[in-house]
Amino acid sequence: MKQVYAVPKALQPRATHYCPGCTHGIAHKLVAEAIDELGVRDRTVGVAPVGCAVFAYDYFDCDFQQASHGRAPAVATGIRRALPDAVVFAYQGDGDLASIGAAEIVHAAMRGERITVIFINNAIYGMTGGQMAPTTLVGQKTTTSPAGRKLEHAGSPIRIAEMLSTIPGAAYVARVALSSPAHVARAKRAIRKAFDTQLAGAGFSLVECLSTCPTNWGMAPIEAMTWLEENMIPYYPLGEFRTPEGGASNG
Amino acid sequence: MAERKLFKGNEAVAEAAVRAGCRFFFGYPITPQNEIPEYMSRRLPEVGGVFLQAESEVAAINMVYGAAGAGVRVMTSSSSPGISLKQEGISYIAGAELPCLIVNMVRGGPGLGGIQPAQSDYFQAVKGGGHGDYHCIVFAPASVQEMVDLTMHAFDVAEKYRMPVMMLGDGVLGQMMEPVVFPDPAPRDLPTPDWATNGARDGRATRLINSIYIKPDDLLRHNHKLQAKFKQAQVDEVRCETVNTEDADIVLVAYGTSARVCRSAMDRARSEGLRVGLVRPITVSPFPYQVIADVARTARAFLAVEMSMGQMVEDVKLGALGAAPVHFYGTPGGIVPTAAAIVEEARKIAKAEVGK
Repeated sequence: MKQVYAVPKALQPRATHYCPGCTHGIAHKLVAEAIDELGVRDRTVGVAPVGCAVFAYDYFDCDFQQASHGRAPAVATGIRRALPDAVVFAYQGDGDLASIGAAEIVHAAMRGERITVIFINNAIYGMTGGQMAPTTLVGQKTTTSPAGRKLEHAGSPIRIAEMLSTIPGAAYVARVALSSPAHVARAKRAIRKAFDTQLAGAGFSLVECLSTCPTNWGMAPIEAMTWLEENMIPYYPLGEFRTPEGGASNG
Repeated sequence: MAERKLFKGNEAVAEAAVRAGCRFFFGYPITPQNEIPEYMSRRLPEVGGVFLQAESEVAAINMVYGAAGAGVRVMTSSSSPGISLKQEGISYIAGAELPCLIVNMVRGGPGLGGIQPAQSDYFQAVKGGGHGDYHCIVFAPASVQEMVDLTMHAFDVAEKYRMPVMMLGDGVLGQMMEPVVFPDPAPRDLPTPDWATNGARDGRATRLINSIYIKPDDLLRHNHKLQAKFKQAQVDEVRCETVNTEDADIVLVAYGTSARVCRSAMDRARSEGLRVGLVRPITVSPFPYQVIADVARTARAFLAVEMSMGQMVEDVKLGALGAAPVHFYGTPGGIVPTAAAIVEEARKIAKAEVGK
């Protein structure tokens, strides 16, 4: 019998704590597949954030460190500098990376730190119960913007991929979506390319993954996928913003 | 025989760390400890190590966390406001049971305070500093040579207990020059610890560096484990110097720079007929409570002397447990006390406590 699918070796075969319809599981799988394809599981050290993915180490089958809120790029830097042969990745949400950890991500990129960052942008704080994130869209209702995010009060949502792509040390920066099979296939190529960038010694790499949070968005999973495509993608355009070979491309 | 060299305190700490096998330094500039990162930026590349100037103290301590978790000897240094910023990371390092060295060359506070030497970080050094129940092991050297010796010792202690260790100095100790002898770097092969997250090679089980225990029972057990380690350190790691305490009526208690002045004050007081002794804690965490308790049996009174508004004095009182009165003399704000002022305080106390 032909095997058409298997759980990646870099993932532990167990159910996750993520809510139904949440895209963390897809992102985990894509990272694990990249690690498998590159054959680097036994020299990979992951860094887990504070947020819904705090327990990511329960699902990946490789060494892990759990970092304090926003500091995953600094922790990953310490690992990277101590272990020149390791493959190091940090997995962070939007509160973690774009708010409290804004300094750490910018400076890791500035140093061209040879790490890969998987950035989950679901426009909300998930773990703490649906508060406004720096990536929350204008007008989007959250528990701390009950009337919707107001531009004059909270400013415009931050576009991390575009911002980091202005930094020379950031060798590969892409934004993908996890909302359809076609998007997931493109996301997989981007994540693989990010790890390739690290292994080639080219510098810092980051893939921003537009993701859903059906629970805190108050939507059914499919409705959340549609909302992502109709609302997030127009504000957060997809594509490669920086590549080691230079240039950028959409989609 | 190793050669005696004239070394500035800050640079001596850095060189001692290198000789102890520390190859990784992450820090952020702040006065009065900049000679440590500056020295490391020159020295570590010579021995195949890494110096990295972080974007903040917060980032620096988290780089220390990552490197310590990868199983290497690593340190950072800062001064008071910078140590405040590191406290989040120190709490995580304590929670995740990672060994490392943190040097604090204390300056006056609170807030931005000043840049002159102070001892007003005692509480944040020995009472936890960050959130949660934990302790660091904290050394309080009083000379450049002692900074060298304790720095070399600190890494071993940190690894023995898997705890963060702090070197509590001040601007005087960091800036002063004294002749020192560096022990030869022991040509030892530092083994990678069997808990390090350095890649699950050769089929070994994966490892995790972590401080989250979401189930209360697990967190309770974890806290008991951390506390048990510190209790063991209270038994095995306390260091303290006592001078002339046997016949002393008034016993000065001081660490670091103020202990140096107290030693002069003690000699001067003795020459004037006052029986003064000195207790100098070398570890301020764990604190030498038993030494204080023992001395309290014969002394008429203690005089705690600190470059602060009175922090260690609380531990002196805990040690004395009412067996002898504990007085305090403090010079906060970056002022080093004078021997004359300490003798004057001792004389006043002697008049009140002994003369009656």
